[in-house]
Amino acid sequence: MVEWTAAERHAIVGLWGKMNVDELGPLAIQRLLIVYPWTQRYFTSFGDVSSPAAIRGNAKVGNHGKVVMGGLDRAIKNMDNIKGVYKDLSVMHSEKLHVDPDNFRVGALLSDCITVVVAEKFGPHVFTPEVQEAWQKFLNVVTSALSRQYH
Amino acid sequence: MTNLSVKEKDLVRSFFTQVSGKLDEIGHQALSRMLTVYPQTKTYFSHWKDLTPGSEPVRKHGKTIMEGVKEAVNTIDDLPAGLVNLSELHAYTLRVDPSNFKILSHCILVVLSMMFPGDFTPEVHVAMDKFLTNVALALSEKYR
Repeated sequence: MVEWTAAERHAIVGLWGKMNVDELGPLAIQRLLIVYPWTQRYFTSFGDVSSPAAIRGNAKVGNHGKVVMGGLDRAIKNMDNIKGVYKDLSVMHSEKLHVDPDNFRVGALLSDCITVVVAEKFGPHVFTPEVQEAWQKFLNVVTSALSRQYH
Repeated sequence: MTNLSVKEKDLVRSFFTQVSGKLDEIGHQALSRMLTVYPQTKTYFSHWKDLTPGSEPVRKHGKTIMEGVKEAVNTIDDLPAGLVNLSELHAYTLRVDPSNFKILSHCILVVLSMMFPGDFTPEVHVAMDKFLTNVALALSEKYR
């Protein structure tokens, strides 16, 4: 069971409250596909994702960014039971989407792209070291929950 | 070692020129975040009086780190050769576990994004990420 300090809850919920998921979601996914091009393998049904220009112009990619960041909302609203709330999503990512869970982790790929985009948006006075710590802990818990049902 | 293309090297050099006036602050922020977000890294600094962000040892060491990165940018065409002294330092004296290079690199990238919004584009990001990966490899060259 994850323990959250009051400061961590405050930091995470506070940051989330300021975030525009429709703005940051597309930016995070575009960054993922450009910075780690091998992740394009998961988006072959989205049309052309072969170049930065194509990625930026692809509406399906942008929309998927909104879906992914929107998924974090469920975690924010259920911080004491992220594992339970994400069970079905985990099964889906394993059985249907076949996404290597290493792609989600903090210290890798999507989590890091989300963090970079959030840092860009909020700057050093909002995204302080303590807030970054809480945020990365939150992403760690989310990605652990997403990886849990793989077998 | 992943080879950087000519374009990527140009991106690294020009972005670094752009941020060169703020190297001290970048180093301070990156190190502060590393120590706060990854507390296990504090084990390497047990000899410091003060490990809090803003403290004199943290500011000083952040500056040292970015001076090393600047040196690496200047020898971007042959990092192992250009960083031979730093490589020996890390292998025989500091003996920092190489997993920590990735951690520090991540913190540097987050800080660059945070301090230079709009300029740290995905294209610059991938070039810098590859560059820092190669720097880390050069620094751990002599480990074994």
